[in-house]
Amino acid sequence: MEKQVVDDLREVFQSGRSRPLQYRKQQLRALLRLITERQADIEQALKQDLNRNTYNTSLFELISIENDIKLAESDIADWAAPQPVKKNLNSALDDAYIKPEPLGVVLIIGTWNYPWAMILQPLVGAIAAGNAAVVKPSELSEHSARLMKELLPLYLDKEMYQVVTGGVPETQELLKQRFDHIFYTGSSMVGKLVMEAAARHLTPVTLELGGKSPCYIDKNCDIAVACRRITWGKFANCGQTCIAPDYILCEPSIQDRIVEEIQKTLLEFYQKDPKSSPDYCRIINTRHFDRILALMNECTVALGGESDHSQCYIAPTVLRDVLPHFKIMQEEIFGPLLPIVTVNGLSEAINFINTREKPLALYVFSSNKTVIKRMLTETTSGGVTVNDVLMHYTLDTLPFGGVGNSGMGRYHGRHTFNQLSHHRACLIKSFAMESLNDARYPPLTAARLHKANCAAIGDASLKQHIPLPTLLFFKVFSLKNHFKSI
Amino acid sequence: MEGQKQVLEKLRGAFRSGVTLPVHFRLTQLEAMMSLLEDNETQILEAMHEDLAKPKFEAVLSEIDMVVNDLCYTISNLQTWMQPTYVGTNLATKLDDCFVRREPLGIVLIIGAWNYPLQLILSPLIGAIAAGNCAILKPSEISRATEKLLAELIPKYLSQECYAVICGGAEETKKLLENRFDHIFYTGSQSVARCILQAAAVHLTPVTLELGGKCPCLIYGRIDMKSAAKRLVWAKFFNAGQSCVAPDYVLCTAETRDMLLPFMKEALESFYGSDPQQSQDMGRIVTDRHWDRLIDLLKKSEGKIVIGGESDKKTRYIAPTVLVDVKESDVLMQEEIFGPILPILTIKSLDEGINFMNEREKPLALYAFSDESQVVTTVLERTSSGGFCSNDGIVHMTLSGLPFGGVGASGMGNYHGRWSFETFSHKRGCMLRGWGLERVNVLRYPPYTESNLSWLRWATTSKKKGWAGCSIM
Repeated sequence: MEKQVVDDLREVFQSGRSRPLQYRKQQLRALLRLITERQADIEQALKQDLNRNTYNTSLFELISIENDIKLAESDIADWAAPQPVKKNLNSALDDAYIKPEPLGVVLIIGTWNYPWAMILQPLVGAIAAGNAAVVKPSELSEHSARLMKELLPLYLDKEMYQVVTGGVPETQELLKQRFDHIFYTGSSMVGKLVMEAAARHLTPVTLELGGKSPCYIDKNCDIAVACRRITWGKFANCGQTCIAPDYILCEPSIQDRIVEEIQKTLLEFYQKDPKSSPDYCRIINTRHFDRILALMNECTVALGGESDHSQCYIAPTVLRDVLPHFKIMQEEIFGPLLPIVTVNGLSEAINFINTREKPLALYVFSSNKTVIKRMLTETTSGGVTVNDVLMHYTLDTLPFGGVGNSGMGRYHGRHTFNQLSHHRACLIKSFAMESLNDARYPPLTAARLHKANCAAIGDASLKQHIPLPTLLFFKVFSLKNHFKSI
Repeated sequence: MEGQKQVLEKLRGAFRSGVTLPVHFRLTQLEAMMSLLEDNETQILEAMHEDLAKPKFEAVLSEIDMVVNDLCYTISNLQTWMQPTYVGTNLATKLDDCFVRREPLGIVLIIGAWNYPLQLILSPLIGAIAAGNCAILKPSEISRATEKLLAELIPKYLSQECYAVICGGAEETKKLLENRFDHIFYTGSQSVARCILQAAAVHLTPVTLELGGKCPCLIYGRIDMKSAAKRLVWAKFFNAGQSCVAPDYVLCTAETRDMLLPFMKEALESFYGSDPQQSQDMGRIVTDRHWDRLIDLLKKSEGKIVIGGESDKKTRYIAPTVLVDVKESDVLMQEEIFGPILPILTIKSLDEGINFMNEREKPLALYAFSDESQVVTTVLERTSSGGFCSNDGIVHMTLSGLPFGGVGASGMGNYHGRWSFETFSHKRGCMLRGWGLERVNVLRYPPYTESNLSWLRWATTSKKKGWAGCSIM
């Protein structure tokens, strides 16, 4: 079945239907209609999947998707236009440019924590770039998967974009097929399997993975504001966000204050009993619920810690004096547990971060420019927000993606379009000025070589670096050497 | 001789120390590479001549000067490239500093190929150094003399703490690939590329694959046959056809073919004389094994040899050879030729030619020769390939501004000029927020309300042309 889907899509893609910009814009507009007309259905599905409330759904999923669609529709002509490049003397009369082209059939594998954004944002780029696409929503967010399978063919060209649902066997079957690009969001472990499957067909991949995103709080900062922002980013979607601050690094002297401020903020956000707050989500399923609870084992609970298996509810929890060897520090938490690990200052924090895998996001809170500069220049990560969390994700002009274990490739806004396009180098020449070409043809003569070199190195930048007399000297000198042995 | 693991540990220690970060260090290393080329040009030319009988003319033009150009271009522009690029913001982030930082990846592995043994190692290395990485170079063991020379010269000119050459064959490469790198840059064949990609998957290492394929050359319509023949012959027989972007085969009508052949003969004669084997400007096949493969293809081909066909095993020589009446099923059409053999297939229409190319794997380069701009445009619009050049061959890869790379079976990723720098960099999205405007942030905090949501929506929508305003409920 999966093979048939891909074969059919390839045939439709090859018909050229997705090439005209008008077609792509039409599909994008249809996608926008899907989101706006069926918003209530989407919210309902998310409520059933994650107990997500409507506000969160809009803020964390729908607004980003809408913005991406509107941006793509408005700017697509610009994005798809050939981009001229600088020429040298040899190509002075030619047209040289980079032409973005569709890749073909792309596979988009989504994940369950933001089931709509993780599928539709890449899909926007795939459509804008002129590709056909297979979309494979996560079976863990089953209501959203079912709804997506129902709605997409009602709005989009169902021959060009298809939804395949199912679990591991269906995904494995899909991965045996040949795609022109695979866009995967999920865990590093499965990311390796996706890349391995892609290797068989030499298929390029974009992997949006995870990791432990550290959050360093400098003692020189507005701790109250820092804690509010961190609390927001950590406990939204019940901590099930790939760029949620995973753990806090701070000096021991401010740990108590941090706990106090988080406590105040939690009360403000979710009131005394987060379980009954309409704004607090649940864990996706019992397997993850059990996994997250087990992480608390060795830890000292500073705040929260309550749970309810029947609802997959875990209270917003802060753990203090966590040691690096604890289990909770060995894997991405992906839940509402916030460990605090104490360090003696910035250098130790930087070292702590650098001895671990490169994270998807890194956060630093400080009023001291030197601290911020050191964090930026002495560490690496997919992205960074300073003095806040999550926000770099929301700006579509910033490329969003991981590095090392946290992923490869990037997207959002124009970056998705670029990621899912082939940038074809084009040189359009005429037959004129054939005499210029004489310099490169055999048989070798000193004069020919010199002429060929001058024409090929016509870049202004080249001449800027090497003063002309030196350049000429080098050329004459090297020519002399060339011909010694001939 | 240090073992592979020790070399890697040394490089990792050097990278962690931060020594490759300052622009001054990178420029010094690039300038040292320039000196390496200037000081040792004779030895380099001799080595390549030993490996491939590479004519000095070709070696200078396509190897040394390509690298020198890239070096100059990179040295001139590096400081600019290293600057963070500021991006547009929306209302919610108006007061923030939002930019993209280019950061080094760490330790990169560069695996070269034998056909341009200098350029295919040093060009990627330029990008790796410029981007602040450490690097392990694995030159091809097939171009033995160049491999040996690189192993001797690189440690003499470049920092031994940061860059190392590891020599060896398939076994050593396999062992090397078990290690973890931060990027692997490979030039070579598709079959080896699959193994490399699989090894990279184990560590989630990103790769750049510069592969090959059959680069078609479509000749159609009204055309300056004499110039076309010269350019085609030059591009095809350069390096004895052993270029990943050499026109692999020609598609044209029977009439075009009949007009083309005499001009091709004339061009060949003017380039290499009446006996190319005597010309200093004609290259040789790299090894006996490769020569055997090509001769075998010629023997099994059902096409008719109309130019060349001579060969000499002792010197690994094959004459510039052109065959006509080659069919789709011919042995010459089943694999990348990578030698001085040019099959001409006849087509009846432009459509037929385009469909023929589209039924095959996407090539690294695609060529269209025609004086009719409509023909060129049609071919460009209806096909895909790594790069495209009309009315010439190979030269599109000499422009620093153009990215050089494949698509589909011909590869992934690209390089040259600034593209090399970008390939070996991580583009880190950074947002620096202030402490003020916490009042605006309040809009996003629970308890959630509808009116907060609509304000947020308004503040976070990117203002684009065509969109008059924002919706406030």
